[in-house]
Amino acid sequence: MKAVWVFALLLLAALIGLMMLHWGYDTIDWDAVRAPPFSPTHLLGTDSVGRDLLARTLVGTRVSLSIAGAAALVALVIGTLWGAIAGWVGGWVDALMMRVVDALYALPFMFVVIILMVVFGRSILLVFLGIGAVEWLTMARVVRGQVMQLKHRPFIIAAEAAGANTRQIMIGHILPNIAGIASAYLLLTIPQVVMVESFLSFLGLGVQEPLTSLGILIKDGVDDMEIAPLTLLVPIAVLMTILVCLTALGERLRDRTAT
Amino acid sequence: MLSLIIRRLLTAIPTLFAVILLSFLLMRLAPGSPFDSERALDPATRMALEHAYGLNEPLTTQFGQYLWHVLHADFGPSMVYRDFSVSALVAKGLPVSLLLGGCALVLATTLGIGGGVIAARFPQLWPDRMIGTTATLLTALPSFVSAPLLVLLFGLMLGWLPVSGWGDAPHLILPVIALALPVAGAIAKLTRAGLSDVMRGDNVRAARARGLSPMRVITRHALRPALVPVASYLGPAAAGLLTGAVVIETVFGIPGLGRYFVQGALNRDYPLVMAVVILYAALIILFNLFADLAYGWLDPRVRG
Repeated sequence: MKAVWVFALLLLAALIGLMMLHWGYDTIDWDAVRAPPFSPTHLLGTDSVGRDLLARTLVGTRVSLSIAGAAALVALVIGTLWGAIAGWVGGWVDALMMRVVDALYALPFMFVVIILMVVFGRSILLVFLGIGAVEWLTMARVVRGQVMQLKHRPFIIAAEAAGANTRQIMIGHILPNIAGIASAYLLLTIPQVVMVESFLSFLGLGVQEPLTSLGILIKDGVDDMEIAPLTLLVPIAVLMTILVCLTALGERLRDRTAT
Repeated sequence: MLSLIIRRLLTAIPTLFAVILLSFLLMRLAPGSPFDSERALDPATRMALEHAYGLNEPLTTQFGQYLWHVLHADFGPSMVYRDFSVSALVAKGLPVSLLLGGCALVLATTLGIGGGVIAARFPQLWPDRMIGTTATLLTALPSFVSAPLLVLLFGLMLGWLPVSGWGDAPHLILPVIALALPVAGAIAKLTRAGLSDVMRGDNVRAARARGLSPMRVITRHALRPALVPVASYLGPAAAGLLTGAVVIETVFGIPGLGRYFVQGALNRDYPLVMAVVILYAALIILFNLFADLAYGWLDPRVRG
């Protein structure tokens, strides 16, 4: 349960932490450019243009997590629909839909996302739509497997015999039974998306300045690490905490809901 | 064996064609053009530019021409690096990336298989646990985190190795390690898992009954079939090395393909991005072919 508390703390800090700070993420403090950590006005110091590192990290965490949450939701919706239809209909529809998933799996998806970024411009909305559109594959496979198992269970057959139509069965009987495993994979998708987003932002292809994200902070930290290693280490620590906590949580939830 | 190679190379043709077609269409679909800048071009100049790059022809003609040129290793002029053709840029970048990736692959395989063997030699003991934990950590660490950390530790704090640049052997060390680490972790885990499966087989029991030393049982009898999962990881490993290389060439300032790819993506240099994507696709197809050949060599039962 430690993972839950650590992550909850991080989330809380990202959500309300900025209100306690005097500085915004893009406010420049001309009197304290490159302030060292633990200086009176800046707890973690400032970066090379005098922006408060703590404020930037909090906002970066918030941006990274919101993109990840939104993209994971997109992945959840596409993946669940795709997987449920394939699993429920079966036959050649299933075969065709799953071949599409296999084919997309074989693509090196980082490059797909980068090409999407090049083609459709680098807006924050497209960053997460693009990532979500690529990250739904695992979800589709898992949901399809679950639906195929459920389809032949007695309570579904009973519902069919009682005259329920497909929509009622889907909403009333199938969805509640896949909700657990789907939310586990939702949790596991978030760290994946955080990684992709940080990767893109690190290269300058994701979130754009002056808005910030963990990837941009790491990139800025790399440029500055000779003078101020903390500008690199703080965002890396936050990123790794998010990845470890969410992966641990998701895996525990998955193991609990696995049948 | 030869017929397998030929068959696989033939099926690679439609795949590559699809990659070329898709990237071509996507690039043409893109809003905005490489000639967009702060200042609006006057229409005559724009027309002249579009004419010079053949952008006013119908799409099918453009694609036909592009395909024809690609088959002759001509990817067109770069739209951002004036005076350079994309092929010239690729010819400069590819050897650098191949050297980097090749060294990383050798290092990753050596470390990974070595680690996996040691872990399997001492199952459930501390070497096994230590290697298992390290491998998990390495595979989870993204390259844009591990590379800066390595630079910070060995380049800046200890001052042992150069931080960035390209040229002589010391420049190669940190990037190769950074690129190899996640792949090494994955190979170690796969080797360990493969060995623990094979070690339960009858042939291994027979070898052990003949009194061979545990290490010899592993290296002579168990290792070869246990490496089948590692071989099937070659395809994903190639993709991982390529994505890793993009980050690592950027961090270390190495003039390889990956850096051109990022620069091309940032500048919307369509011909350059397309050339790199096509090359990457070809490399991944090639690695998958190697994986199939390695299967047959490692496990005669799948030759069929």
